[in-house]
Amino acid sequence: MQFMLLFSRQGKLRLQKWYVPLSDKEKKKITRELVQTVLARKPKMCSFLEWRDLKIVYKRYASLYFCCAIEDQDNELITLEIIHRYVELLDKYFGSVCELDIIFNFEKAYFILDEFLLGGEAQETSKKNVLKAIEQADLLQEVSNTGLHPESFVNPSCV
Amino acid sequence: MPAVSKGDGMRGLAVFISDIRNCKSKEAEIKRINKELANIRSKFKGDKALDGYSKKKYVCKLLFIFLLGHDIDFGHMEAVNLLSSNKYTEKQIGYLFISVLVNSNSELIRLINNAIKNDLSSRNPTFMCLALHCIANVGSREMAEAFASEIPRILVAGDTMDSVKQSAALCLLRLYKTSPDLVLMGEWTSRVVHLLNDQHMGVVTAAISLITCLSQKNPDEFKTCVSLAVSRLSRIVSSASTDLQDYTYYFVPAPWLSCKLLRLLQCYPPPEDGAVKGRLVECLETILNKAQEPPKSKKVQHSNAKNAILFEAISLIIHYDSEPNLLVRACNQLGQFLQHRETNLRYLALESMCTLASSEFSHEAVKTHIETVINALKTERDVSVRQRAADLLYAMCDRSNAKQIVAEMLSYLETADYSIREEMVLKVAILAEKYAVDYSWYVDTILNLIRIAGDYVSEEVWYRVIQIVINRDDVQGYAAKTVFEALQAPACHENMVKVGGYILGEFGNLIAGDPRSSPLVQFNLLHSKFHLCSVPTRALLLSAYIKFINLFPETKATIQEVLRCDSQIRNSDVELQQRAVEYLKLSSIASTDVLATVLEEMPPFPERESSILAKLKKKKGPGAVSVTELEDNKREGGELNGGGDRGPDTAAMAASNASTPSPSADLLGIRSAAPVGAPPASTGSLLVDVFSEAGPAAPSAAVNDDGFLRFVCKNNGVLFENQLLQIGIKSEYRQNLGRMYLFYGNKTSVQFASFTTTVSCPGDLQSHILFVPLCSETKPSNRITQWKAITSSLSP
Repeated sequence: MQFMLLFSRQGKLRLQKWYVPLSDKEKKKITRELVQTVLARKPKMCSFLEWRDLKIVYKRYASLYFCCAIEDQDNELITLEIIHRYVELLDKYFGSVCELDIIFNFEKAYFILDEFLLGGEAQETSKKNVLKAIEQADLLQEVSNTGLHPESFVNPSCV
Repeated sequence: MPAVSKGDGMRGLAVFISDIRNCKSKEAEIKRINKELANIRSKFKGDKALDGYSKKKYVCKLLFIFLLGHDIDFGHMEAVNLLSSNKYTEKQIGYLFISVLVNSNSELIRLINNAIKNDLSSRNPTFMCLALHCIANVGSREMAEAFASEIPRILVAGDTMDSVKQSAALCLLRLYKTSPDLVLMGEWTSRVVHLLNDQHMGVVTAAISLITCLSQKNPDEFKTCVSLAVSRLSRIVSSASTDLQDYTYYFVPAPWLSCKLLRLLQCYPPPEDGAVKGRLVECLETILNKAQEPPKSKKVQHSNAKNAILFEAISLIIHYDSEPNLLVRACNQLGQFLQHRETNLRYLALESMCTLASSEFSHEAVKTHIETVINALKTERDVSVRQRAADLLYAMCDRSNAKQIVAEMLSYLETADYSIREEMVLKVAILAEKYAVDYSWYVDTILNLIRIAGDYVSEEVWYRVIQIVINRDDVQGYAAKTVFEALQAPACHENMVKVGGYILGEFGNLIAGDPRSSPLVQFNLLHSKFHLCSVPTRALLLSAYIKFINLFPETKATIQEVLRCDSQIRNSDVELQQRAVEYLKLSSIASTDVLATVLEEMPPFPERESSILAKLKKKKGPGAVSVTELEDNKREGGELNGGGDRGPDTAAMAASNASTPSPSADLLGIRSAAPVGAPPASTGSLLVDVFSEAGPAAPSAAVNDDGFLRFVCKNNGVLFENQLLQIGIKSEYRQNLGRMYLFYGNKTSVQFASFTTTVSCPGDLQSHILFVPLCSETKPSNRITQWKAITSSLSP
């Protein structure tokens, strides 16, 4: 995978993960063009399209578009399921995930993505194992907290 | 309601994000952001050292602002400081910041690498993973230099935890992709391959991506992976849905791993070992069989996962291209998908069949679906699917169905999306030329192309049709007639005028007999479009007019009138003005013989690779070339004619000229005796190469005539030159003896074959000339042959 973008129906970018080195200017240009192209698609159209020399696989979940750019020889259908698996992970972590969760906890979205995909490839495809890794990290944090920080809320329960 | 962050809620961040979302305008947003940036800046510079939590909060805010699209030029130092915290979330935010805002400051890089090194050697798997993720996300050369030797060790060490191995494998992959020279696998190769047998499926999943990439670059070193991959695949495919526990996805066992294994196998030819091959074929057959079974779940995830494996298996079968029954089965399966309810599957089936069409085993099988594909082209609502259908028609085209396919593609072109028209035009042009049995069909097709999509008909296409019409006597009359009719349409594309102008200029005489297309009618038709055209087209039309004067003397007065008028001879464009003036003059002073010579019919062009194909390849990338095209290239490649015959005629003339200085009358005499401007068509030598010059196709006889005239006064110089050959002359004279050297320079990079020169001398000059070949070797690129001619004349 070369990159993954999450954006709203209004074209607001909620997450951007780049797996190839590009300048900031190029990233902005690609984002602008691709968001426009995908938003112009009608609902019944297929989930794949050719864009520049890449294949784009996208799917809409509620108000968010999940959009991946893969190379010519990559498998489109399995990429669709990568998207679905990522949504499942977010859903399990946040409990019925919605766009707002990703907006307010954007750093968590990146952390979860890194446990699932690395360098553009699937790293761990067991949902259980990925969630376990994330929770272990959360646990580490609570253990190292000697007391509650005045600004944080009451200790949330682990899943 | 925004969810409270798990673990350690950064309330300040949540408030800030809320503020931004509540901003009513872009200006308000920028104002709020600037306020926050100023706040953060002062906190960072402040006297009080910030505690970890606050630092983390501010760094996270900066990150958020950056991801919104604003530039951030500070905060890196603080982020790097966070890396050395022993609090996990602080480290995490630090790493996230520096992987997103990559900084090339060398001091920072040094600090970052240090922090990573510490985490890698910490023996804490969570910290190690963080460090590895960072390296994989950034993948810079500096990181590769620092860590490329350590990571393979971590990957294969026995005491490394599984999760760390997974991250290490993909981290190494990223480093390999960006800095392959720094990742030396050497001693690690066999142990990395062995990871395919690891009992942890996640490790295998991660490792296989690394192995696939390495195998592509070093197939021999990694070839032991093939048999391991086959056995792994076999175990997965034959497992029950409960065997793999959490690696089963909606009743499909390990779909990601299966796809990756099939992908790895595509890096290699079919296995030589019979047992391994047998197992693999069995696997593939099982996968194909499963596709026919009723689905275990109605969920789309189940069918996507199952079909993903199926499509990858079909890709492998196509790649091997050696098992006819598997190929036919694959083709049939794809044929079923062509009519599936789901658009995604129809799209993928069309795409897959394109590759299948180029295999000799399945080409015929693919052709049986032509009606379905044509139907898809006409009825699919999604433009990407229609485009795949067009691609497939192109791939499955051969002599038996060319006419039908070209007709369908032409009608599709009438309503096609603008973004794909140019490519479609190129493809139709290529197919029409390749499969033309009857060239009048070819001419019709190209003219239709111009009519339907004139704007997208590039130069290569209409140059090609002209080249073909010139080379084929049998279609010239038809072309003239058809182009004449096409030009009569009320709104006619400029490319049509270009083609029409050229063809009528060359072959208008073939239809001049019919009163409806008499010379004057032809001229008026062309001239009626004149003022609507751009400069290059007008230049071409002017050339056509002078050709008309030659072909149809009765039009001379009318055309001269046109050339003479101010808008031509005083035209502000230099090219047009020059042509008008020169053509006018030429038509006035040249005798009919001379005119006929100068404007003689264009000789056939030499065969060469179609530049249309080259243009298509450039547009689409190397993958677009089908097998049939590759064969054609081999056939057509690089035949160049030598143009050697031309020189000596003129050389002999120069000889006689030099020894008997003559008034202008002789020059004209020489010209008519030995045509310099237009060599006879039968010798096949070329005068003008339309392709390489990429300019309007006007005969440029002038070049060599000028060179020729120079030898009245000069003894040395270049006598003749074109793209292939340069002929130089050096002569010396003493009293009644003259010696002349002729040098033939080969300007191409190809050796001339059977290069011969003949000198023909008029009259009794023959008896006075002795020819001595000095050296008769021809080598490529500017190597010279010398011929010597010694003349003696009877009178000084």
